[in-house]
Amino acid sequence: MSATTVDQAANDAGAVMAKAMQSPARLAVRRFFRRPAAVFGLFVITSFVLLALLAPFVAPFNPTQTSWTLIRKAPSWAHWMGTDENGRDVLSRVIWGARASLLAGVISVCIASGVGVPVGLLAGFVGGKVDAVIGRIIDAMLAAPFLILAIALAAFLGPSLQNAMIAIGITATPIFVRVSRAATMDAATNDYVEAARALGNPPWRVAFRHVLPNIVPPIMVQATLAIAGAIIAEASLSFLGLGQQPPAPSWGSMLNSAQRFLTQAPWLAIFPGAAIFLAVFSFNLIGDGLRDALDPRAK
Amino acid sequence: MRSNLGVRIAQILPTLVLVSIMVFCLQQLMPGDPALVLAGEERDPAVLAQIRTELWLDRPLAMQYFHWIGNVLQGDLGFSWRIREPVLNLVIAKLPVTAQLGLMAFVIAICIGVPMGIVSAVKKNSFWDYAANGIGLAGLSTPNFWLGIMLILVVSVQLGWLPPSGYVPLTEDWRQSLATTIMPAFVLGNALAAVLMRHTRSAMLTALEQDYVRTARAKGLLEIRVVLRHALRNALVPVVTLGALELGTLLSGAVLTEQVFSIPGFGKLIVDAVFNRDYPVVQGVVLVTATVYISLNLIADIAYVFLNPRLRNA
Repeated sequence: MSATTVDQAANDAGAVMAKAMQSPARLAVRRFFRRPAAVFGLFVITSFVLLALLAPFVAPFNPTQTSWTLIRKAPSWAHWMGTDENGRDVLSRVIWGARASLLAGVISVCIASGVGVPVGLLAGFVGGKVDAVIGRIIDAMLAAPFLILAIALAAFLGPSLQNAMIAIGITATPIFVRVSRAATMDAATNDYVEAARALGNPPWRVAFRHVLPNIVPPIMVQATLAIAGAIIAEASLSFLGLGQQPPAPSWGSMLNSAQRFLTQAPWLAIFPGAAIFLAVFSFNLIGDGLRDALDPRAK
Repeated sequence: MRSNLGVRIAQILPTLVLVSIMVFCLQQLMPGDPALVLAGEERDPAVLAQIRTELWLDRPLAMQYFHWIGNVLQGDLGFSWRIREPVLNLVIAKLPVTAQLGLMAFVIAICIGVPMGIVSAVKKNSFWDYAANGIGLAGLSTPNFWLGIMLILVVSVQLGWLPPSGYVPLTEDWRQSLATTIMPAFVLGNALAAVLMRHTRSAMLTALEQDYVRTARAKGLLEIRVVLRHALRNALVPVVTLGALELGTLLSGAVLTEQVFSIPGFGKLIVDAVFNRDYPVVQGVVLVTATVYISLNLIADIAYVFLNPRLRNA
């Protein structure tokens, strides 16, 4: 064997060793950033988050300031997305509306995962009658279509952004229970869980210290896709008048008022809708990218 | 197979009971006293007491539930506070409108989603595959009320091809009925088409790797015949049943679609009831929707068993 071949073999072995020593999280991040669509989604969402956070500095006008001389003006250099039926700048309202939509998406998913994951963990880990009872309750919650249940909850709680977030959070909980239950049942069969049990760890410690960290990947994927669903749900509730209340801006409520001026001012409907589409599309791209990156079978 | 079916039906009963408890509990979330809402301007204690007695609001919660569910089982879903009509009558009047819309949306979704899924699977990792996946994801990400507004803007306002809103019953004038419902049905079926596209692609990719497809190719059959006669026939079984499972979700979409196109269906009924604080109607609609949804799931399960010979003979 020549010296070069030996060097080559040593290099290859070194590369294989280095790859094996990389943490699964680092490998997943690398796989994620190899997907252009997911990176595009992440870029768009980062931009939306920055716009929402910096809205007071970035928005060219006050989103609630009305002007009777600027009613329904078409897009121009002064007002890039035109003005609405009260003379308010549409671009400023779209930027401020990002706050309501992203906040609703994130908070409702926090509610859903905060309740759903521990319940799913309990059902999957304990099994038996506890699992059966939780399963039936989840079946019952999933039996009512998502939006109809959210509308009913928002109606009974009263129309406001806060109640819309609670309603969406409660309605999205069952899916987190299902995902975390399935992942727990899968993780609980692993040797390290058996070993933790054999060492005499109490069940709650095995569940929270050894099982929970291993079910995070599917929950992360579900959470990303659920944010996309929650943004649409918030926009839908606001469109129906059950979410963000006027004059505070929200993409859904902007579309609601835009409907009345479709022939005179189509831009009122185009821009907020495009913002919803872009945000939801990007979260779905990230969700798909995460699923591929976190799946160990992904190449 | 019969025992499996029996187990499936038996599982539905506790789910229905829990759904009824959930729907009943919705009313408990309502802020304030329902009697005050019903009495309106009337604040006479005697009238309020009478309302409470009539609605069983002065009894313990468990008794209220059993009274309500007893009535529901006899077909009495309550009385609309606003329209002053039994909720069941309202549901019966509105359900056919939404059913027509839902069925049309389902047909449109199959016509778009299945061919796109086939092309995507057959041309895997090609431009067509990426394009179909992109369109599918865009379909899933488009809020149907925005799509509806945009279609009204282009098809009705700009081109003047279809009416922007309204509804004509199928029995009155089928041409006008189709004209008023085709655009809302497309909007409603859009997301389902994307879901069906993904299911079809996945099922076709599995089917195209099977031995019988290799055998068919080895026999020298034309590729189109292999795809349509051999792979698609087997791939369609899970697609159709999964599609049927999604039928229930169309009810959710119908709420917004009917609102945008002013169609007097089930969705509009619940929205109007919400704004008029007509809580018996909201409760009734949620209960009926959940029951329809559970029934559709059961039908999809049964259809899957009947369509799949291996499960049928098990």
